[in-house]
Amino acid sequence: MRRTLPFALVTGVGFFMLVQYFIPKEEFEIAYEWILDWTIVIGCFAMLLGLWSLTRVNISKVQRKTPGWGYSLIAIAGLVFMLLVGFIPGQKSLERGSTFMLLFEYIYIPIQATMFSLLAFYIASAAYRAFRARTVLATILLLSAIVIMLRLVPLGPLSAVNQWLANFILTVPNMAAKRAFWIGVGLGVTATSLKILLGIERTYMGRD
Amino acid sequence: MNFYERMMNLDRRWIYLVIGLVVVITAIFPFDVPLYVTPEVRSIYDYIESLNPGDVLMIGVDYAPEVMAELHPMTYAISRQCFKKDVKLLLCCLHQNGPGMVEQVISQVSKEYNKVNGVDYVYLGYKPYPAITILAMGQNFRIPFPEDYYGKPLDSYPMMRGLTNFSNVKAIINISGGSGTEYWINYANGRYNAKLAIGVTGVMTSDYYPFLQSGQIFGLIGGMKGASEYEYLAEKAGYISKAKNQLSAYKTMPIQTTSHLVVIFFIVVGNIGFFMSKKKKSRI
Amino acid sequence: MGTEEIIWNGVAAFLVLCIYTFLYKDNPFYKFAEHLVVGVSAGYFAVILYYNGFVPKLITPLKQGQWVYIIPAILGMMMWTRFSKKWSWLSRFSLAFYIGSGTGFAIPLYMQNYVLRQFSSSMLPMGFSSWALFCNILIIVGVLSALVYFFFSKEHTGIFGGTAKIGIWTLMIGFGAGFGLTVMGRISLLAERVVFLREYLLELKYYLYLLFKYGLPL
Repeated sequence: MRRTLPFALVTGVGFFMLVQYFIPKEEFEIAYEWILDWTIVIGCFAMLLGLWSLTRVNISKVQRKTPGWGYSLIAIAGLVFMLLVGFIPGQKSLERGSTFMLLFEYIYIPIQATMFSLLAFYIASAAYRAFRARTVLATILLLSAIVIMLRLVPLGPLSAVNQWLANFILTVPNMAAKRAFWIGVGLGVTATSLKILLGIERTYMGRD
Repeated sequence: MNFYERMMNLDRRWIYLVIGLVVVITAIFPFDVPLYVTPEVRSIYDYIESLNPGDVLMIGVDYAPEVMAELHPMTYAISRQCFKKDVKLLLCCLHQNGPGMVEQVISQVSKEYNKVNGVDYVYLGYKPYPAITILAMGQNFRIPFPEDYYGKPLDSYPMMRGLTNFSNVKAIINISGGSGTEYWINYANGRYNAKLAIGVTGVMTSDYYPFLQSGQIFGLIGGMKGASEYEYLAEKAGYISKAKNQLSAYKTMPIQTTSHLVVIFFIVVGNIGFFMSKKKKSRI
Repeated sequence: MGTEEIIWNGVAAFLVLCIYTFLYKDNPFYKFAEHLVVGVSAGYFAVILYYNGFVPKLITPLKQGQWVYIIPAILGMMMWTRFSKKWSWLSRFSLAFYIGSGTGFAIPLYMQNYVLRQFSSSMLPMGFSSWALFCNILIIVGVLSALVYFFFSKEHTGIFGGTAKIGIWTLMIGFGAGFGLTVMGRISLLAERVVFLREYLLELKYYLYLLFKYGLPL
């Protein structure tokens, strides 16, 4: 019962969504819109799971006073303060200029953008330490990468040649390679979706 | 340890220092970088140029602050071009940390052009589950978004009269830093035949050329270079101004140039060191 | 920039530098900024989800008497039972609804857009009379050989192996292009941050010059 009914629900809703794609009848469209509408509502509740998980982890670190618990306190303080400045003024807090949006613009944006900018240093380090032309294939990869990177470098009379070559690489061999990749993705997703609908794939349900 | 082995075992913080210095010095002493505008960027610019005042363009902004360096300039340039041409904008955000990014752009650009919320633009806001939200918008924008980002019912806005779903907008430009682009291609264009163009990060650019060739998207702005190409076109036409510091992608181009040269240098030197130290080891 | 903007941007610049200290080694400044952003982003998302998700999709319809929305609300709350060992089986119903709807429409759309459309777009006119026609040959050969390479149920020997070899060369050129663009993407993130710091320092220098010259905050 605990597994059979959910599987029946997956199969029922799934096959309905599959079949309605091919049947342009009003009743099917109405049911389709209801399913989409309800799924968005369920999604709102599901998103809270991650938030609760994060809060729980940090609270338990503070309670148990594990090493570095002070930083978890900072995380909780940040969370609580954002909730206060977000909920107390009401929906006006979402407008630019509110304290809530100021914290988003001057705390969240700079830290998040800077954290990802560290990747530039890591890629430079990787370029020096790891990118080796050990084989013919690796050499092809590196040469192709160098042509693409040189697009942004003024090379005088060679610039036009490099631009042409970069455009050729992107629109012919790269396009062909990525097309094969997307075809594989499409076939894989279709196969997995069919397995889920037919009840062959059940790992998403978890264990009893 | 010989010279090449020491070269190979260099502490990575020296590499960080070199790239950091190159970036900082170039930022202090910038220079002009010539740009070659690619057809895939020009096609989006030319399409928006062909729009008439009163036409509605949808912009799906699906990115968070971590990739704003590459994507924010695209959003700004396209918004400014549209508002200058009196094209109306319908914006939405399907990334959980992105709603504030859209609010930043639309509140600033609408003030520059005296555009009014509900008349010249509507910002739908955020919803989870991008795939479901896109499918729902294809039926009716009011299914996922009965109210806009600010909490007002969509039907209270004059601009939303006659705007039901994707068939009522001229095109959709999706600016995305993640898997959102796939959903727009698959569901908006695939299911509802919406005219779609995309702006993506540099990392993602090479993946979407098949869709450009197949006609599923009519344009592709790829990364910071694509954004600066778009800014170059918009600046030539007077939609954005260098004097007002609106070329946010283009001003990083000199740093891109010098950094790319440094990375290529690292690759070459790294390989020389690797092969020379390997040669020395095989002699021993 | 006014005084308030100078102060806020100063906070932002301080946090940027806190993060960059990690390049030398892990330190309290980096840890402080890292944990602060975790809390702020969680709080930000909770508020956005409430006002853009719950209010228009659940609270407002229920206030308007659309009681049918209680059903998805119950299904959504059942999702929260995942944390309970005794009641986690209830969350399967919500998952079933979401997964069922997701997989159902995925089948025709992924087949149409990622398989059939891509195959049909590969059916290009071939020839040697123009560069475009020759490129079409390269595209068709590239797509087919890359697909052959991905077929691991047969050993890559003989003609099949030769075709797969052309496929892997095509893939390597594609990955090289991706790598080149990735370098550009990563560098641009750093470039933007450095430009932000440069512009803030210039604005701060001008602000302090005005402050010391005229003695008035802006």
